[in-house]
Amino acid sequence: MLTIAVIIAFALITMAQVLNLHRLFTGPSLPDRILALDNMYIDAIALFILVGIHFSTTAYFEAALMIAVMGFISTVATSKYLTRGDILE
Amino acid sequence: MVVVEFVVSFFLILGAFFALTGSIGLYRMTDFFSRLHGPTKSTTLGVGGMALASAVYFSFQGNGISLHEVLITLFLFITAPVSAHFMAKAARHQRMHENKAALPPGCEKKTGPHV
Amino acid sequence: MPKKPFLSHGRWLPHPLMTLMLIIIWLLLVNTLSFGHIILGTLLGAAIPWFTNRFWPERPWIARPVLLFRFFFGIFLRDILVANLNVVRLILQPDISQLQPGFIAVPLDITDQMVICILASVISLTPGTVSAEVTLDRRVLIVHGLDIPDEKAAVQAIKTRYEVPLKEIFSC
Repeated sequence: MLTIAVIIAFALITMAQVLNLHRLFTGPSLPDRILALDNMYIDAIALFILVGIHFSTTAYFEAALMIAVMGFISTVATSKYLTRGDILE
Repeated sequence: MVVVEFVVSFFLILGAFFALTGSIGLYRMTDFFSRLHGPTKSTTLGVGGMALASAVYFSFQGNGISLHEVLITLFLFITAPVSAHFMAKAARHQRMHENKAALPPGCEKKTGPHV
Repeated sequence: MPKKPFLSHGRWLPHPLMTLMLIIIWLLLVNTLSFGHIILGTLLGAAIPWFTNRFWPERPWIARPVLLFRFFFGIFLRDILVANLNVVRLILQPDISQLQPGFIAVPLDITDQMVICILASVISLTPGTVSAEVTLDRRVLIVHGLDIPDEKAAVQAIKTRYEVPLKEIFSC
């Protein structure tokens, strides 16, 4: 049962990533693209969690945590760059 | 064991559904500030729920309790409002909440440094 | 000092709650409960607040910790679930042109920076609203709502449901 559930979840998250990619390419403004990238980071965490359950290993946990941290920092940095034209003041 | 498997499967599919809903919101909505709602709430809850399901799954693998996936959930729930606030601030700085059509031509070029 | 703080803070342990959180996070990160890691976590939890003390110039006192727990586990978690079902319903409805998105301005009674931050985060995670901006004088919080037919009712709902409990908890 778990195998089928993981496959269904993989399909749903992949569809979500495709929609994010569409917004990333067609987003009319820069904040839209930042939002799409942020969402892609979070969905990538979901993919890592699913891969970990699929292969029943915890080796992917650190990667997921790193992606969470880096995604947050890059979102904040790009938004701040758009707001101020500068990241560190 | 069957109960654990059922719970994990249920939460995985529910979380993936919520994440998909967030992306559908990102895809469907017509202006930026409406698009912000889906990823902030639905995707965060969905992926957080999937991390919790993963914690339950690895806790019943026989190697003792494994709770470190809770960190991902915690981190997501703390950072999601902050990054949403930053993006909303960037968008407001670029005057995206005002009606562009009402401005005379040429005005939109002056709004931000990198539009 | 008008009131006694929830946990007293000395010179060597400037932020006791942060120390506790750091120990818990360290134990979760290494995913064990062994004695050595508890000691290492305690060392880190004592050292990191001490070294970063200059970056945390002021913080509010938690005047009513019981109320804090009741707020976060009663109102907050329930509202997150309700918010998500609400947003899912709004997003998946067939005709999205019926939505009435708009900005509302919530006048703030809170003056403390940290409590405003907590309030903005709580608003972002709960039904249909994302906090967008705080005005420079920290008097008004600008919130974007996905579907707001009645502005005044929405402002009132935010003020009574989240701001009043937070004000009571942090006694400011």
